[in-house]
Amino acid sequence: MSDDAREAVGDYQFGFHDPEHSTIRFDKGLSEQVVRDISELKNEPEWMTEIRVKAYHHFMEREMPDWGNCGSLHEINFDNVTYFLRSSNATENDWEDVPEDIKNTFNRLGIPEAEQKWLGGVTAQYESEAVYHSIREDLESQGVLFLDMDSGLKTHPEIVKKYFGSVVPHTDNKFSALNTAVWSGGSFIYVPKGVHVTMPVQAYFRINAKNMGQFERTLIIADEDSSIHYVEGCTAPTYSTDSLHSAVVELIAMKGAKIRYSTIQNWSANVFNLVTKRGVAHENATIEWVDGNIGSKLTMKYPAVLLKGEGAHAEVISVAYAGKGQHQDAGAKVHHLAPNTTSNILSKSISKNGGRSSYRGMLQVTPKAHGCRSKIVCDALILDSDSRSDTYPTMEVGNSTADLEHEASVSKVSGDQLFYLMSRGFSEEEAMGLIVNGFFEPFTRELPMEYAVELNKLLELEMEGSIG
Amino acid sequence: MAEEILRIEDLHVSVEGTPILNGMDLVINRGEVHVIMGRNGAGKSTLASVVMGHPAYEITQGSIYFKGQNLDELSVFERARAGIFLSFQYPAVIPGVQVGTFLKKSVQSVRDEPLKGRAFRKELNTAMGALEMQKGVLSRYVNDGFSGGEKKRLEILQMLLLQPQLALLDETDSGLDIDALRIVAKGINQVAPTAGCLIITHYQRLLDHVHPDFVHVMIDGTIVRSGGPELAHKLEDQGYDWLETSPEGTA
Repeated sequence: MSDDAREAVGDYQFGFHDPEHSTIRFDKGLSEQVVRDISELKNEPEWMTEIRVKAYHHFMEREMPDWGNCGSLHEINFDNVTYFLRSSNATENDWEDVPEDIKNTFNRLGIPEAEQKWLGGVTAQYESEAVYHSIREDLESQGVLFLDMDSGLKTHPEIVKKYFGSVVPHTDNKFSALNTAVWSGGSFIYVPKGVHVTMPVQAYFRINAKNMGQFERTLIIADEDSSIHYVEGCTAPTYSTDSLHSAVVELIAMKGAKIRYSTIQNWSANVFNLVTKRGVAHENATIEWVDGNIGSKLTMKYPAVLLKGEGAHAEVISVAYAGKGQHQDAGAKVHHLAPNTTSNILSKSISKNGGRSSYRGMLQVTPKAHGCRSKIVCDALILDSDSRSDTYPTMEVGNSTADLEHEASVSKVSGDQLFYLMSRGFSEEEAMGLIVNGFFEPFTRELPMEYAVELNKLLELEMEGSIG
Repeated sequence: MAEEILRIEDLHVSVEGTPILNGMDLVINRGEVHVIMGRNGAGKSTLASVVMGHPAYEITQGSIYFKGQNLDELSVFERARAGIFLSFQYPAVIPGVQVGTFLKKSVQSVRDEPLKGRAFRKELNTAMGALEMQKGVLSRYVNDGFSGGEKKRLEILQMLLLQPQLALLDETDSGLDIDALRIVAKGINQVAPTAGCLIITHYQRLLDHVHPDFVHVMIDGTIVRSGGPELAHKLEDQGYDWLETSPEGTA
């Protein structure tokens, strides 16, 4: 890592990079030809090529968002991004067959170990495509589909055609258009009726190359009365130039189904992370977003749920940590479109060393959605006077039967807490680490234990060497 | 020969420029229990905080020595690790941090060695048993939603686990019912023989259970009178006025 880069991002433990490993690498920059080339290379059906091209034109015409951290968005140089990089010619399902240096990367990140211990399936994406994929046999025999998105399109085009873009159309926003044009990789999951996937399935996303753009596309369909927990993690090397991560995630929970989608985003501080995540919950279905944003330079991400069927429920639990040079613009959107739907939103953010965290929320209750309940709690913790926290809540309530609660708090670590903890033998940094972990605890306890332990360690590291 | 734990010499302390302590002298040896009594605002809690190293208090004159070492050189957590413990009058709430985790990490920091899980659990069970505490407290968040009595018991539990050489107890008896008082006293008596103890209190009633070697009276930031347990009884009966009107106690 160059000194400049270290100066910019501090000690980020996943900031190592390996030699670039590519079998196909597109020239930097975006054009209709690039979009067509990606589609051709993947041997896609024509309808997908057409969606891509349409989305490309929409992206070119669409203005940048004029809200959020739009100043920072204009720093993105779309001509300096590599839109497609194939690092391995095949998606292996035997770990031993993955190219050596890529395998080493994932070993360092602890992926194969986690798979053996507690996961129902794993997909590992390196740059543009999955390099490794596996699913437990018992899940496969119950008819559960867990594939990388490219394989999903090849083997189940009818399902993909039906649902792709049905929750997040390419016209939704500039970055969903970009993703639709150049998407590659991501996960495709279908859980059949009545099947409960009890062990989480995990996807791990790694950007390795400089100025890389990663545009994975994920589609999860949980059929009636089924359930699944999907976990994703992401890291990247630390470079002094920026990379772009712009994903789209679409969830469909049919009647009585439950999808939990957990993310620990720990990109290095040179990554723009601009992601559209949205789910549709049908009658009595539940969608839960558990969303942790620790890394990246700028994140703009607002996991959303459309409560479309009566009795559907949404849960969005998110934490954001904004350190030096970071802006976490995150939040949640819930649309109550049907009667007797309920939602809980809990957002916690920490700002430190000049970092900025923003909560941006939207809660909508349509006129015909009677008897809805929603509770929103936003807590911000600011660790020093250089740092910043803002809240931008929006509520649109179309009828008078809704029961809504909204609480927001901004706090600082008190001198009394620090003195108390230090009198019990903790250094100031350890005391801060403890307070921060405690503040995030309502989030951490929702994670699989292995992730919770990792997250706590990560936060303790963030507190080190920063108090003078 | 007596082993000196704490020596305070001519201590003057200010908070934001306002003098609170005005020339304190005190020596505590190992195995001794000292009690400081006095009205609100006399500087009793300041004394405890300043020995622990609270950053808001400025020593303008004089020194504090712990086992011969000038405490000026040690930060708060270094004092804790050296063996000084303060039982807080108002312990801080740490949301989201479970008592069990907190105790283990704290004991680990102070002892500066990795704890063996099973041995620590045993130690913890014994200490909690002595203080008649329920296991459920371990999964609650530190002081979050605790009653006054629960907070004080948790303070004493920490004292038992940390095994300090100097125990400062700041109004640990305030707001306790008679059972809680007895339990807290039991904890203090357990630590007292091997440590130096400084108990700050308003009430004589704790002294029915803990037997002090010395009782000191503080007025306006200085010790005006020292004596044995009988002094506490006299204060309980007569209040502090007689000390102010005739500092030599000839009345």
